[in-house]
Amino acid sequence: MDMRSLLRTLEHATLRDIALVCLADALVGASFGAISVSGGLPLWVPIALSVLVFAGGSQFAAVGVVLSGGGALAAVATGLVLNARLLPFGFTVADALEGPLWRRLFGAQLITDESAAFVLRQDDGRRRRAAFWLCGVALYLVWNVSVLLGALAGGLIGDTDALGLDAAFPAVLLALVLPSLTDRRTRTAAVVGAVVAVAATPFVPAGLPVLLALVGLLFAGGPGAPGVSEVGVSEVGGSESVVPTAPGGVSGGASGGASGGVPAVAANVGAAEKEEVR
Amino acid sequence: MMPLYAVLLLAVGTYAFRLAGPLLGHRLALSERLRHLLAVAAAVLLVALVATGALTQGHGFAGVARPAGVLVAGVLALRRAPFPLVVVAGAVTTALLRLCGVA
Repeated sequence: MDMRSLLRTLEHATLRDIALVCLADALVGASFGAISVSGGLPLWVPIALSVLVFAGGSQFAAVGVVLSGGGALAAVATGLVLNARLLPFGFTVADALEGPLWRRLFGAQLITDESAAFVLRQDDGRRRRAAFWLCGVALYLVWNVSVLLGALAGGLIGDTDALGLDAAFPAVLLALVLPSLTDRRTRTAAVVGAVVAVAATPFVPAGLPVLLALVGLLFAGGPGAPGVSEVGVSEVGGSESVVPTAPGGVSGGASGGASGGVPAVAANVGAAEKEEVR
Repeated sequence: MMPLYAVLLLAVGTYAFRLAGPLLGHRLALSERLRHLLAVAAAVLLVALVATGALTQGHGFAGVARPAGVLVAGVLALRRAPFPLVVVAGAVTTALLRLCGVA
């Protein structure tokens, strides 16, 4: 499957949106590299995380836990719970990866919030495949290069606190997560979790408060609850009944492009009703 | 610190989550309830990271400057300002407050 036929298969608007998402992710990747290294981690950590894990939210989370003094295992646990959302995405895009085993093994690493969102927006099988591979490969390259550049730049920064860089980390995460908070029950769960995490911070080892936030899930409600947006695919591995969901900031037009489609954004693919809720 | 084994654990676990669908997609279906819970769990963790990252340092309060910067970033993000502006405005707010002697 060569590049030119991929490009020809997809509509102009889709190509533009993929380029916009790559641009937005490049900025997030560069922030990740810079924040990690300027926070005191060796250069190889953000680079290895980006190449091997390739999921921005969990990379930020793991580094955040470690930089705040938490243990490595707490960092891993937090990252894994975050990335568990990739499990349903894998089932959603499975048809776009069909083919020999090596192709599925390779393609699996390219499953992100963004590539899943772009697959969901295509109805025809060829386009689903083209969108997946183009978005997946482009993002993988852009993400890793930008993390490397950011990490190199981060090494040059002197007093990070004087520059307010400690505020940049939560600021990035906040920009990433906001689009997935449009559903009321998700918001309630998140607020309860955040209160628990902050309240627990003085008393439990670093890294644990964030995991304790998961008690907020008791307020998550069910998928059928009113106001809850669902991932619009019911047939396993099939291409039918796909609701054209709007990945945050991607189809919403070029304006909001940057804040939405980033590896961290959790429920983006399912957050179709975004505009109305706001 | 972040040892290599931790990076590898996170990488292998994440890859397993990704691979399950493409390998088992024909034989297995995920319940709608599980999908929903996983999506909410991700949002809950990210918001908790924002809250602890903005408000706490070690086991104590991070001071006023940092949460103020994050608040500015949050307001800009809600108003759909471009991503770079959101992050830079947050950092600059915190830096300026510290320059003025606010911790």
